[in-house]
Amino acid sequence: MSLLARLNTPERRELLWLAIFSVIILVVLPSILEPFRLNLFGKYLTYGFVTLGLVICWGDAGILSLGQGVFFGLGGYCMAMFLKLEASSVANTKIQSTPGIPDFMDWNQITHLPFFWQPFHSLAFSLAAVVVVPTVLALVIGVAMFKRRVGGTYFAIITQAIAAILTILIIGQQGYTGGVNGITDLRTLWGWDIRTDHAKTILYFVSAIALILCILAARVVRMSKLGRLLRALRDREDRVRFSGYEVANFKIFAFCFAAAVAGIGGAMFTLQVGFMSPSLIGIVPSIEMVIFCAVGGRTSLLGAVYGALLVNWAKTTFSEDLPQLWLLAMGGLFIAVVLAFPNGLAGIFRLAIDRLPKGPGGRRQPGITPVVAEQAGAPQ
Amino acid sequence: MSETDYMLAVEGLTVSFDGFRAVDDLTFYVDRNEIRVIIGPNGAGKTTVLDLICGRTKASAGSIKFQNEELRTLKEHQIVRRGVGRKFQTPSIYDDLTVFENLEISFPRGRGVFGALAFRRDAEVRDRVEEVAKTIFLADALQRRAEFLSHGQKQWLEIGMLLIQQPSLMMLDEPVAGMSVAERKKTAELLHTITAGRSVLVVEHDMGFVEDIAHRVTVMHQGKILSEGTLAHVKADQRVVDVYLGH
Ligand SMILES: Nc1ncnc2c1ncn2[C@@H]1O[C@H](COP(=O)(O)OP(=O)(O)O)[C@@H](O)[C@H]1O
Ligand SMILES: [Mg+2]
Repeated sequence: MSLLARLNTPERRELLWLAIFSVIILVVLPSILEPFRLNLFGKYLTYGFVTLGLVICWGDAGILSLGQGVFFGLGGYCMAMFLKLEASSVANTKIQSTPGIPDFMDWNQITHLPFFWQPFHSLAFSLAAVVVVPTVLALVIGVAMFKRRVGGTYFAIITQAIAAILTILIIGQQGYTGGVNGITDLRTLWGWDIRTDHAKTILYFVSAIALILCILAARVVRMSKLGRLLRALRDREDRVRFSGYEVANFKIFAFCFAAAVAGIGGAMFTLQVGFMSPSLIGIVPSIEMVIFCAVGGRTSLLGAVYGALLVNWAKTTFSEDLPQLWLLAMGGLFIAVVLAFPNGLAGIFRLAIDRLPKGPGGRRQPGITPVVAEQAGAPQ
Repeated sequence: MSETDYMLAVEGLTVSFDGFRAVDDLTFYVDRNEIRVIIGPNGAGKTTVLDLICGRTKASAGSIKFQNEELRTLKEHQIVRRGVGRKFQTPSIYDDLTVFENLEISFPRGRGVFGALAFRRDAEVRDRVEEVAKTIFLADALQRRAEFLSHGQKQWLEIGMLLIQQPSLMMLDEPVAGMSVAERKKTAELLHTITAGRSVLVVEHDMGFVEDIAHRVTVMHQGKILSEGTLAHVKADQRVVDVYLGH
């Protein structure tokens, strides 16, 4: 009996794919890549958090958000604020007119640490904020929109507008936010220098493990009745509503979940890349995140994460030589995927797997469960 | 209006779309254990009446009392939880899910976000799903993906999705449209077996089917009630013959 035939339940197959993914990011990549390249992949992984959130929000619940950069950015900024305060100790900043505050505040003639910066002295607070701040914003937006039954294109446009507003706000409030440069020159985490190759390798592993945990969490959601309801309301919103569910709450959940994981991704980005800036979270990056997800496959958690890795890898590789062409190529890629392969690379992969010859245990009858489970989230 | 024994008491119900009165000062009462059929020409406002009762459309005036409770101020999911089930005119089921999962999703437990996350497929759920599947002639199709059901089976499945919630009032919009004669007969049987302890409000065109199931019939025309009573009574009504049955 072939291996595939023995892995005939969708859940088992799905776990196999997850195991392979874990081996790739925890063993293969670290052993073949030099620290600099590994750090780049660590950065790509942080977009995997965003795209796996989009699978729940967009792929499952059908809510297209063109503003995930906002949540990624909020998570990233919460982390950056903590690191910046640590880097701005009185000893480090004694040449400033007001020592002990971030350098950009000093340049902007600010003499007191603003009140909303104060709690970011605490690591525990900052780590909680990485998840809580994006989630609360998503909750507010979700309640305002979904309770009023705003959805579809209108919702997408509004998320886009929020991404624009946030960047404008950050750039405009230079003294409080670091403005267009962002928050830079981050050095240590509780005294541990995050700029060394060794630290970056460790942070890579932290990101990879956090990503795997988030994939598992998303998997729990998708395999529960909650996950089935999200997919059900995407296609038959009224049927779900008239089965006694308050549809808006389920959409709010999906949107908040996507925001929370995007926030974690943003924080991991800040830690590995060493800064956070408005150029990483505005309209264009938000759209790029959707493209990563679409290319990988919006109905597959692992597909969407691979999408983030592959497209970012291609971007780095090709845009070094042909930066203008890259944007065009990316747009073309998106259109091609949406038109020809609505389920992205994961969809192509599934087709290929289905074509493989099967052992006696692996034969499928048309219309019987495996198909369902595939749609319902597996194999990833 | 004071307390009544009616399952459903609709009085003075009116709704206009851009000045057009799709339902106009409608008053009717449905008894407990009654199968009431609403008939009438296309565009008479039958679907709109069901929409108003289940909260999908907001009424401009009038009252809808379900077991003496006003429904007009409730939200859709609250109306469902009070015991009003609604089947749509075109089969509205979850194509990607199996018959089992379709019924399970409709099982009235774990209806909140976190309740749904914690929901477990226990013996109670399984037994109930199997019981309902048997009632709707789909006991052998539980693991079949709903997309692959025949049109008639899809209609039954949606009825099953209501049944599993044990509603006190079931509203069915053209349940036998597109069904074969044999399927219509089975559907009529089905309705008779499930009315015990509940009321059913059916919109239907098929007069043979109406004859099979109706306790009383309400004839609608241009948003108003044209005639009401037993099928024999409304069939004998000249106005009904003129606007509806005559052609
Ligand atoms: N949401 C709506 N907006 C505008 N007009 C509507 C709406 N719903 C129904 N109508 C109109 O109300 C009338 C009654 O429709 P309907 O209740 O569907 O009729 P029936 O089910 O009896 O065939 C039709 O003329 C229809 O066009
Ligand atoms: Mg109708």
